[in-house]
Amino acid sequence: MAEPKPDRSALRQQATQVAEALWEIPSSAKPGMRVPARIYATPELFAQMDDGVFDQVTNVAMLPGIVNYAFCMPDGHWGYGFPIGGLAAMDPEHGVISPGGIGFDINCGMRLVRTNLTYDDVRDHVHDLVDALYKRVPAGVGARGFLKLSDDEFRAVATRGARWCVEHGYGWPQDLERTEEGGTMRGADPDRVSSRALERGRQQVGTLGSGNHYLEIQVVHTKDVFDRQAADAMGINIPNQVVVMFHCGSRGFGHQIASDYIQTFLPLMAKKFGITLPDRDLACAPFKSAEGQAYFAAMQCAINMSFANRQMILHRIREVFTDVLRRDAHDLGLEMVYDVCHNTAKLEEHEVHGRRRRLLVHRKGATRAFAPGMPDIPAAFRDIGQPVIIGGSMETGSYLLRGVPSGKQSFFTTAHGSGRSMSRTQAKKQFHGKQLERDLAQRGIYIRSVSYAGLAEEAGAAYKDIDAVVAATAKAGLSQPVVRLTPIGNVKG
Amino acid sequence: MAFHLLENAPPADVGFVASGRTLEECFAAAADATLEIMLANPQALQLRERRAIHVESDAVDLALLKLLEDVIYYKDAEGLFLRVTDVNVTHDTGRWIVDAKAEGEPIDPTRHHLSGDVKAVTLHQLRVLQTEDGWQATVVLDI
Repeated sequence: MAEPKPDRSALRQQATQVAEALWEIPSSAKPGMRVPARIYATPELFAQMDDGVFDQVTNVAMLPGIVNYAFCMPDGHWGYGFPIGGLAAMDPEHGVISPGGIGFDINCGMRLVRTNLTYDDVRDHVHDLVDALYKRVPAGVGARGFLKLSDDEFRAVATRGARWCVEHGYGWPQDLERTEEGGTMRGADPDRVSSRALERGRQQVGTLGSGNHYLEIQVVHTKDVFDRQAADAMGINIPNQVVVMFHCGSRGFGHQIASDYIQTFLPLMAKKFGITLPDRDLACAPFKSAEGQAYFAAMQCAINMSFANRQMILHRIREVFTDVLRRDAHDLGLEMVYDVCHNTAKLEEHEVHGRRRRLLVHRKGATRAFAPGMPDIPAAFRDIGQPVIIGGSMETGSYLLRGVPSGKQSFFTTAHGSGRSMSRTQAKKQFHGKQLERDLAQRGIYIRSVSYAGLAEEAGAAYKDIDAVVAATAKAGLSQPVVRLTPIGNVKG
Repeated sequence: MAFHLLENAPPADVGFVASGRTLEECFAAAADATLEIMLANPQALQLRERRAIHVESDAVDLALLKLLEDVIYYKDAEGLFLRVTDVNVTHDTGRWIVDAKAEGEPIDPTRHHLSGDVKAVTLHQLRVLQTEDGWQATVVLDI
C-alpha cells in the first residue's frame, strides 16, 4: 500500500536567502502563520533539508503568542510537531506552552568533562576504560541504574536535580556551578507528575538510554584548537588532551510526562482554549492556564531528573577512571567543563524591539548559547560566553563552542548536533553494525554497543557533516567554535 | 508479519504500518511491531509473566496509542518485554474500549537481542483506517 508523501516543496520555494546562512519564509506562505519562519543554513545545508522542515517550521509560526519568528537551526530535520532544531519564544502572558516544542526526551543534553590526561597517557588503556564504562553505565532497552530509590527519594531527585546527587555524595559542589541552571529547576512540582511517569523513571537514574545517546572518550588535537583563550578558560589547555562527553536525557520519566500532557491538552485545545492547529503534535495550552502551569511544573521535574541522570553518570565515570588508571579523580582533573540542555522550555529575559521582555523559550534540539557578560553563566565564562556542546556522530567528532553577542537574533540559541540526514530504517538497511565496529577499530575508535542494529542506525553517514553545521552557526553569528573533539572510545546504548 | 516499517518516517524516529482482518488483529500487529522494534529476536521471548491491559478513548487511533503506551510503560516500570494477545475492542456510546492480555518476561540482555529503546508513541501520521481487507494502522514511535 502506498504511504502518504505530502508535497511540501512549495514552501521551500517561498524561502528567500536574507543573509549568508539565513533564509526566511514570509508569514503569507501559509494561512494561520502569525510570524515569518527563519531557517539557519548555508546554501548546501539548506538544499539537504527535508521538505518536512519547511512544513513544520511554518506550522510552529502559527502558535499563539509566538514572538518575532519560528526558527530552525542548521542541524534541523523533520521531526514531530516542531522540527528537530526548532526554536520558538512565546509571550508567557498570552502565548502557549507545547510539549511538542520540547520533545519527549525532556532535557536531553550534553555534558563534557575535562581531564589532565593526554592521548599518550590513555592510549594503552582505552579498551579497559571503555569496557569498564560499558559495565558501570547501564545502557540500552530496559537498563536500570545502581541507585535504588524509594518513591519519596525519587520525588526529591525530581525536585532537586543534580543538587540531590551532590548532597548524597555523587559529585563535587563545583559540578553544579558548571551545569545550566545550577543543575536544579526551582519550579519543579512532583505532584503534577503522574504515578506512571514516576514508576517509569524511578529506577533509571544513572542510565544512558539508547538511540543516539552515547558516552565517548575524545581527544582535543592541538591542531583543532580554534580559540585558545576560550579553550583555556574551559580547562582545555594541554596538548592532545583527553576529555569525556556524554549525551542522554530524562529517560522514561520525561517521555511519560510529555505523553501525559499531550493527551491532556488535545481534547481541550479547541473546546476550552479556542486553539486550532494543523498538527496534533503541536498540542498546547495557554502558559497561564492551570493545565499549562501543571505541565511546566512537571516538565521541570523531568529537567531535574535529567540533570541528576547526567550527574550520576559523571560519578560513575570518575569511579571508572580512578579504578582503571589507579589515580584519584581530583588528581586526574576530571572536572566538568559544562552541561547543556537541548530539549527544554525556559522563562528567560530577552530584548525584543528595544524592550526587555520575559519570554518562554522552547528549544527542541537546540542549545542555549548565552553571550559574554550575560548574568546566568558561570563567572569563569563571563568574559568568553557560555560553553556550547555539539555532539556529532560516533565516527566524525564533536565540537565545543561559545555563545556570542550576535546570538541575540535567535534568543541566544544555536545548533545541538550534526542532525540526521538518513532515517533509522534506511541506515539499518545500508550499514551493518559489526562491520561498522571493525571499521571504527581500524580508525582508532574502540566501541562497545548494546545493539549492533542500534549501532548501524548511528553510522556517521546517516548524519549531516558536523563541520558544515558548526561553520553555519558561526557564519550566522549564533556561536563560535572553540575546539574540535575526536572520538577514541565510545559506549553506545 | 502483519506489519512493515515506514520508509518516510521522520529521520530520528521509526514508523510502521500494521494491518489485520479485524481491528483486534490490527492492534495486536501494532503491538508486535512496537515490541520487535525493541527486541530483534522476538522468538526468544518466553511467556512467563502476564499483565492485563485495559484502555479507553473517544478516538480509535488514540485507543491504539494508549495500548502501545502500556507496552512501553511495562518495559520501563517493570523491565518487561510483553507480547499483546487476545485483544478485544468494543465501540460503545462513542468510546473505544480495548482489553488485552500481555505476556512476556523480564528483559535479559544475555538472551534478548536488544534494538532501539522506544521512548513514546507520537501523534505524527497516527491513524487507524478500515480498508477493503480489514484494518490498517500507521504509527510513528520516538526512538
